[in-house]
Amino acid sequence: MAMRFKTVTSPFVLLDTSVGLVMRRVLYAMLPGIAALAWFFGWGVLVNLVIATIMALAAEAALLAARGKPLALYLGDYSAVVTAWLLAVSLPPLAPWWLTTLGILFAIVVAKHLYGGLGYNPFNPAMVGYVVLLVSFPREMSTWLIPHGIDQAHAMTLLETLQAIFSGVLPARFAPDALTGATSLDILRTKLGLGLTVTEVRNSPVFGIVAGHGWEWAALGFLVGGLWLVYIRAAAWQIPSGMLGGLAVIATVFYLIDPQHYAPPWFHLWSGAAIYGAFFIATDPVTASATPRGRLIYGVGIGILVYIIRAFGGYPDGVAFAVLLMNIAAPTIDLYTRPRVFGERRA
Amino acid sequence: MHPSDLRNAIRNAGVVGLGGAVFPSAVKMNLSGHCERLDHLILNGAECEPWMTCDDLIMRERAEEIVAGIHILAHLLNPQEVLIGIEDDKPEAIAAMRAACAGTGYAVRPVPTRYPSGGAKQLTKLLTNKEAPFKGRSTDIGVQCFNVATAYTLHRAVNCGEPVISRIVTVTGHVARPQNIDALLGTAFADLIAQCGGYLDGVERLIMGGPMMGFAMHTDAMPVTKATNCILAAGLGELTPELPVMPCTRCGDCVDVCPANLLPQQLYWHARAKEFDKAQDYHLFSCIECGCCSYVCPSHIPLVQYYRYAKNEIWAQEKEKQRAELARQRHQARMERLEREKQEREAKLRQKAPARPEPAIAGPEAGKPPIEAAIARARPRSETAVAESGERNG
Repeated sequence: MAMRFKTVTSPFVLLDTSVGLVMRRVLYAMLPGIAALAWFFGWGVLVNLVIATIMALAAEAALLAARGKPLALYLGDYSAVVTAWLLAVSLPPLAPWWLTTLGILFAIVVAKHLYGGLGYNPFNPAMVGYVVLLVSFPREMSTWLIPHGIDQAHAMTLLETLQAIFSGVLPARFAPDALTGATSLDILRTKLGLGLTVTEVRNSPVFGIVAGHGWEWAALGFLVGGLWLVYIRAAAWQIPSGMLGGLAVIATVFYLIDPQHYAPPWFHLWSGAAIYGAFFIATDPVTASATPRGRLIYGVGIGILVYIIRAFGGYPDGVAFAVLLMNIAAPTIDLYTRPRVFGERRA
Repeated sequence: MHPSDLRNAIRNAGVVGLGGAVFPSAVKMNLSGHCERLDHLILNGAECEPWMTCDDLIMRERAEEIVAGIHILAHLLNPQEVLIGIEDDKPEAIAAMRAACAGTGYAVRPVPTRYPSGGAKQLTKLLTNKEAPFKGRSTDIGVQCFNVATAYTLHRAVNCGEPVISRIVTVTGHVARPQNIDALLGTAFADLIAQCGGYLDGVERLIMGGPMMGFAMHTDAMPVTKATNCILAAGLGELTPELPVMPCTRCGDCVDVCPANLLPQQLYWHARAKEFDKAQDYHLFSCIECGCCSYVCPSHIPLVQYYRYAKNEIWAQEKEKQRAELARQRHQARMERLEREKQEREAKLRQKAPARPEPAIAGPEAGKPPIEAAIARARPRSETAVAESGERNG
């Protein structure tokens, strides 16, 4: 009697990897940056993360159920949690709960699932959510806390933070403007607009060693996590190098032309969402270019757009807009950057 | 012996590529039309896939015979250089082949053990840094590649008069005594398994070939063929269980590992959408089906299966096109034949015609050429016909 066996197609062995593993690694890589943010900006950072995660999972589950997809399988891919964290980290630490919720709902429901869910969305969901909030609620979105270390008195307790986020009531022991203030990019933008020079603006206490006080440490945290992601090949190295390289080159050019009106390149690299965006936002594979050369071009494009928006546009930072604009360009970039196939003559 | 006679003898002995493709070797020994003289003759001793050891063993134990086979290849192909590529995890085989090659000028070259370096194109690239053109043959770049086991059978065929009746088969996995067997062609897998002490518990799949490119057999009543380089009785431990497929996230891991520099995720999109023209634009047919993309895919998409599907669909379409073209040609030929026969009949009738008397000479059309005369005759009738139809329409 001959033995009978199941027939499937090759290969019969697979690498021990999964979408969920890749996504979890992105989450781990965000931890150092999140820790730095929480240190300088308090409990709000963590509360935002929790609200965003819960809302994202709920929205994801509801949409998956509505679309008839297996819940456990797709919730286990952690993509909703990654979107939640990416957006939550971008929000002001005392953002009201409904702001976070609205952003997450827009990201998960509209930007992700209405386009077909995981793998099918043309735009980075977290950045769609962020831009919707930024355009619709500019005041709430630009109310940043003053980072820890400039003014010790700002340290809020967890209870006070929760109260601020859920009821909008700031603790009475603080003066209304003692807690919040503009970010370094904001100040640079406004002051330069008033005719001050970069050197004069740099004397403001919100500036730290190279960039915004506190911010620069968060950027360092995200750099460490991001480099780890690149090292384990969970993120394509071409995108962050392209983006930071492009930003550095164009910032250097303008800095050399007029150092009193254009901030130095190291300030641009360490400010705002540059490093965070380079390693965590732009590297979202679904919405990025997929060819090796294309990824470099995609990254450079984001870097240049970030600078243009920061220096000449209407917003202090431009990572979200730059990423979304390059998302549109990604399919075209892919079309024109196909790698040379084995055996194809070198052009 | 004249090269042509020698090639015929080799063909009649059934010598084919034993790496797994079983391409008739005699065809590859005829360079006419591709290049004058071969730059590199490559002997492939880099095992096709993990688990297999049949090439390793034949090089260790029958190095002299392999070299005798290489002499025949060198005689026919007259290469400038003979390179023997062996993966560097086979030191005994490298030593044995070096010893056998001493004084022959053949160079044994260790290559990194990195799947799929055993692929002919990949090994050629590793050894000569040349890439076979993707719409051509390796002889276009002056390279020809044979498996070491093929060289062995060549020696047996030419020097001993023994056609290919057996081959070395690796029997491995969940069997009591995994080993390499010199098996007669046609031997049932079950007999080879029995020779190795039978199955151990937990055999899930029986694979002919390796874990990356092999074929899962539904029964062990299959015979050994010239393509059977390995029989893998895979247990649960060796296999990845079937995993749920997730959507492609375009992570690009497949792009990084593709040895043909393809864009597997784009091929997948187009194959899945049945956009076969676009799949071909992305060089679907440069895919060697090595399975590396499926292996690394975090979404567990059976990518190679999609490429096989697309290739088969394209072949089927092309066959259909050829059939339609053939039918069209046949139809055209038939119409031409009918026309020709008709004309021949008319010509015959015309030949007979002069026998009849010519009534038209006395008529009003006298002196006009016959065709014009006929038109003139027909005119009054057609005019009346038009008039009649005009009345009917009116």
